[in-house]
Amino acid sequence: MNIDIDFELNGERVSASVEPRLLLVELLRETFRLTGTHIGCDTSQCGACVVHVDGRSVKSCTLLAVQADGARVRTIEGLADGERLHPLQLAFREHHALQCGFCTPGMIMSALELLERDPQADEAAIRHWLEGNLCRCTGYQNILRAVRAAGESMSGGGT
Amino acid sequence: MLPFDYQRAQDLDDAERRLADDENALLLAGGMTLLPTMKMRLAMPSTLIDLNGIAALRGVRTHADGLEIGAMTTHAAVAADPLVRDHLPGLAELAARIGDPQVRNRGTLGGSLANSDPAADYPAAVLACNATIVTRRREIPADEFFFDLFETALEPGEIVTAVRFPPVARAAYAKFANPASRYALAGVMVAADGDGWRVAVTGAGSCAFRHAGLEAALAREFTPAALDGVEIDARAFNDDLHASADYRAALVRAMAQRAVARLSGSA
Ligand SMILES: Cc1cc2nc3c(=O)[nH]c(=O)nc-3n(C[C@H](O)[C@H](O)[C@H](O)COP(=O)(O)OP(=O)(O)OC[C@H]3O[C@@H](n4cnc5c(N)ncnc54)[C@H](O)[C@@H]3O)c2cc1C
Ligand code: FES
Ligand code: FES
Repeated sequence: MNIDIDFELNGERVSASVEPRLLLVELLRETFRLTGTHIGCDTSQCGACVVHVDGRSVKSCTLLAVQADGARVRTIEGLADGERLHPLQLAFREHHALQCGFCTPGMIMSALELLERDPQADEAAIRHWLEGNLCRCTGYQNILRAVRAAGESMSGGGT
Repeated sequence: MLPFDYQRAQDLDDAERRLADDENALLLAGGMTLLPTMKMRLAMPSTLIDLNGIAALRGVRTHADGLEIGAMTTHAAVAADPLVRDHLPGLAELAARIGDPQVRNRGTLGGSLANSDPAADYPAAVLACNATIVTRRREIPADEFFFDLFETALEPGEIVTAVRFPPVARAAYAKFANPASRYALAGVMVAADGDGWRVAVTGAGSCAFRHAGLEAALAREFTPAALDGVEIDARAFNDDLHASADYRAALVRAMAQRAVARLSGSA
């Protein structure tokens, strides 16, 4: 039996009627056409599907869409302010922190929670934090650089 | 996943009633184990009863000089909680190294214990700290809680509401994590217990257990070297693609020594 839910999605109120077994990532991609959130493994291992629910990063492949009822959901599409990219997006571009880009939305949404809490997070903290995000292209080095740079820019030093 | 019904429990009475009404219903906590298991069709519940709306199940309080942690408290909340960091810093450190941040943001203490994964971290902590698992029906000492692989003392329909940790003067946890999943290949928690020590092992056997040999050796002399000669019987240990039983036995000793070194300030 379908269940009606409504929640905040990237600042807008939305509603949907969902089957209990529908995953949040499926709702985002298929109903709302927000295809920036990727499905890498579907088994909670890779982090490609990370979004924020009530300010915390979660794997949207391991959360039911019904569980988003009443929540505040933020996806990679909600990061830029019009044409103005978020500091993390700018830093990923600047530091060549992506190649194929498949892992990037999840990387950014995961790193965002860390930097929102601690923009000064050092390299060790960033490495530990990104343990749930796999990248098969970059070797991670440039991702670390980008997150550090974004942290500096978010705490007011530099651009 | 096969189709199922979803119900959000209003409170514990409601959850218990719904659970009693349908023998194929399951509780949903963080979903970090249950949802992947359902995708693999290793679990096929008719109904999920979601505990996430019950505020009373979350949070940390002091209790008889110790701590009481609600079953739905997430790993991230335990890791960051000022009371836990103050009274039981070893537990906060353990929680901070479960899985990854997204697993810690959803996964819960109650879910982890109810699941009794052989490689889960919390079981070692509740055993070493002599904690009590509180359910709607009774209080279960940790020593009587873990039976086997994914098997605990919990009866059908029994809901874990909290875990009580007595005051523990000192405790430390050392784990050798599987580099992919972060689950414990072997993890050892060493905790003060009056004049002696309790030593609990996870990752090595079919469920977490205390190690009498390591405890006896530490009662005689509390140094890492005191554990050098202790026999660690690997016959019943897990032996899989991640590690052989003998390697796990070596890790158990090494992790116990690391935990002791940390507690005696020599590492
Ligand atoms: C990628 C990944 C890495 C992980 N790494 C680790 C790790 O390093 N160490 C570790 O310890 N764990 C690890 N886990 C497991 C994680 O800690 C889970 O959160 C935990 O095992 C289950 O908790 P949950 O709240 O998600 O429970 P759920 O998955 O919701 O439920 C698990 C089971 O417990 C039952 N249950 C839940 N709550 C209760 C309750 N209050 N009373 C009675 N029964 C209940 C459910 O019905 C279900 O059968 C990992 C998981 C993932 C996905
Ligand atoms: S798709 Fe969700 S963790 Fe891989
Ligand atoms: S850029 Fe290709 S997976 Fe990370």
